[in-house]
Amino acid sequence: MTAGTEIFAYAPKRPNILVRFLNSSFVAILVVAAAIVAIWYVGAVALNATAQNFADERAGVTRDWPDFVKATWSQDKPRLPAPHQVAEEVYNTTFLVPPTAKRSLVYHGWITLSSTLVGFVIGTLLGIGLAILIVHVPSLDRSLMPWIVSSQTIPILAIAPMVIVVLAAVGVVGLLPKAVISTYLSFFPVTVGMVKGLRSPEPMHLDLMRTYNASRWQTFWKLRWPSALPFLFVSMKVAVAAALVGAIVGEMPTGAVAGLGARLLTGSYYGQTIQIWAALFAAALMAAVLVGIVGLVGRLVFRHMGARPA
Amino acid sequence: MSRPSWQALLALVAVVAAVALPLADGRSTIFLVDDGLAGFLVVWTVGLAAIFAVWPAGREASIEALFIGAHAGAAYIYLFLPRFAAAAPAWTFGQRPADGSGPVGFGTFLADTAGFWGLFLAVWLLAWLLVTRLSLLRAGGRLGSLLLRILVPALFGIWLLFLWEVVTRALGVPPVLLPPPSAIGARIAASLPTLWADFRQTFLKAVIAGFAIGSGAGFLFALLVDRIPFLKRGLLPIGNLVSALPIIGIAPIMVMWFGFDWPSKAAVVAIMTFFPMLVNTLAGLDAADRIQRDLMRTYAASHGQTLFKLRLPAALPFIFNGLKINTTLALIGAIVAEFFGTPIVGMGFRISTEVGRMSIDMVWAEIAVAALAGSVFYGVMALIERACTFWHPSFRT
Repeated sequence: MTAGTEIFAYAPKRPNILVRFLNSSFVAILVVAAAIVAIWYVGAVALNATAQNFADERAGVTRDWPDFVKATWSQDKPRLPAPHQVAEEVYNTTFLVPPTAKRSLVYHGWITLSSTLVGFVIGTLLGIGLAILIVHVPSLDRSLMPWIVSSQTIPILAIAPMVIVVLAAVGVVGLLPKAVISTYLSFFPVTVGMVKGLRSPEPMHLDLMRTYNASRWQTFWKLRWPSALPFLFVSMKVAVAAALVGAIVGEMPTGAVAGLGARLLTGSYYGQTIQIWAALFAAALMAAVLVGIVGLVGRLVFRHMGARPA
Repeated sequence: MSRPSWQALLALVAVVAAVALPLADGRSTIFLVDDGLAGFLVVWTVGLAAIFAVWPAGREASIEALFIGAHAGAAYIYLFLPRFAAAAPAWTFGQRPADGSGPVGFGTFLADTAGFWGLFLAVWLLAWLLVTRLSLLRAGGRLGSLLLRILVPALFGIWLLFLWEVVTRALGVPPVLLPPPSAIGARIAASLPTLWADFRQTFLKAVIAGFAIGSGAGFLFALLVDRIPFLKRGLLPIGNLVSALPIIGIAPIMVMWFGFDWPSKAAVVAIMTFFPMLVNTLAGLDAADRIQRDLMRTYAASHGQTLFKLRLPAALPFIFNGLKINTTLALIGAIVAEFFGTPIVGMGFRISTEVGRMSIDMVWAEIAVAALAGSVFYGVMALIERACTFWHPSFRT
C-alpha cells in the first residue's frame, strides 16, 4: 500500500444518493408541509364537529365515526374548510369560470394585481429617488430620514378607508387610491435599503474614484449604483409583498366590489368560509410568485453584471 | 470665498415682494406696512435674517438670526390667518370660477394675495436654511450633539405642520379632504375620553396580548426548531414564505372563530407576529461565531449552557429586530381586524365609522393616537434593546 491511498482512506465517505436525497431540504420542506396539511385536516374535524353534531341531531341522523369525519370535511359553510374543499373552490373559480365573470378568481386577482404593480413601481421609483437625495444632500439625511422612519408609524392600512374616501371625494377612483396605499407601503423598505446600499462602497473605492477625478455622476453610476443593486433587490422583495397587502386591504373596507380583498369581505359577510380561504390562497400564491419574480430578475441582473452563481 | 446662499437671496426678493404687494386684496386690502408695529417688526426681522444669511453661506453662519427671523415670521403668519380669510378674495377650493360676482379663479386668487405668499415663501426659505445649517453643525460635547439630534428633526416636523396649517387654511381646503392640524388638535382635546376608551380596547387589550402571545410563541418555537435540524431545514423556508404573505386576510376568519371582542383581534396579532419572531430568532441563533461555539465545546458546555451563555446573547440583536418589526405589525393587525366586526369601541371601529360620517378630523385624531402609540411602543423596545445589547458594535460609538 502506498502512502497516497492511506490518506485517501481518511476522507469521509460520500453518502449514497438516497441518503443525500432524504437529507435535502426539499424533502424536509415537503414533510413539514405534509404535517401542516395533516394538522389542518384534524383541526377541521375538531372545529366543525359541534356544527355537524347539531345538524345531525336536527336531521335525526346517526353516523359512525368514519362517516362523521367525512361529513365534517364536506360541510357547506364550515368553520374551517378542509384543504381539498379550498383546492376545489380555487380550481372551480379559476378554470371552470370564464375570466371575466364576477365569480372568477382570475378576474378578482387581476384587479388586485394591477393596483399592486402600479403601487409597487411608483413606490420603488420614489424610494430610489429619495435614497439618492438623502445620500447626496447632507441636510436631507438629518432632517428627512427620521420623518421617513416615523411616517411608517402611521398605520396606513388602518386608515386605508379614509384615504380611499378622501381620494374619491377629489374624484380619484378606481385603481389609483389602492395604488396610493401600495406606494406608501412599498417606498419605505426601498428607501432604507437603497440608502444603505448607496453608502455600501468602501471608502477606499470612493477614494479611487476621486483619484480618477470622477464626477459625482460618474461615481454614482459606476460605483454607488452597482454596489447598491443587491440591497435594491432584497428590499424590492419586501416592497412587493407589502404592496400586495396594501392593495388587498385597500379593497376591504370601502365596499369595493372587485378584488381579492372584496372577496374576503363579501365572504365574511355571508359566512362563505370556503370563499375566504380560496381568496387567501390566491393572495398567498400571488405573493409567492411576485417575490419569486423579483428574485429571479435580481439573479438575471447579477449574472449580467458578472456575478458568479453561488 | 464661499458662494452666496441662493435661498437667502430668494428670501430677500420674497420679502421685498411681501412689502410691495398687498397681503390680501379682495373684500378688503391689507398691506404689510399698514399693519403697524407688528408688520414693521416682521419686515425687519425677516429681512435682516435674510441679509445676514446671504454671506457667508458656510456652517454655523447667522443661525441665531435665521432662527429668530423664521419663527417671528411664522408667528405673524399664523396670527394673520383669520384676517387673511376675511380679506382674501372669495375662492372656492376645487370649483370652477363663475363669472363676475362669483368666486374668482385660482390665478386671480394667487395674484391678489401675492404679498402673503411672498412672506410665506421667505419664511419657509429661512427655515430651510436654518435646518440645513443646523444639520451641518458639529456640536461639542455629548449633551450638545444629543440636543442637536433632537432639534433638527423636531424643527423639520414643526415646519411641516406649519406648512400644512397655512396651506389648508389659506386655500380653504375643505375639512373633509384635509383638516388643518389645529382642528385635529382641538378634536383630540375635545374627545379624550373616547380616544382613551378606544386606545384601551385596541392597544392595551388586543395589541399587548397578541404581541406577547405571538412573539413568545415564536421565540419558544424557534428554540424547539433549533434543536431539530430536520425541522429547521423544512420550516425555515416555509416561515420565510409565510412572513411575506398577506396574513391580515385571516382577520375575518378569526372574527368568526373568536367572536367580536378583543380576543379575535389578539389572535390576528398573535399570528401576524409569530413568523417574524420565529425567523429572526432562528437567524439569531446562528449568529454566534463557529470559533466561539468550538470554545464552548472545549469547555464541555451542555446544550443549555451554550444556549444561555453564548447563543442567546449573540441572538439578542436579531430577536430585538423581530420585536421591533412586530410592534408596527401588531398595531396594524389589531386595527384592521376591527373592520370585520367589533363591539362599539376600538380604534379600527372608530376610524371606519367616522369615515362613514365624514368627520375626518376624528379619524385624524385616531391616527395621531395610533402613530403616537406605535412610536412609543417602538421606542420602548429600542430602549430595552439598548439596555440589553449595550455590548453590540452599533451602540459602541
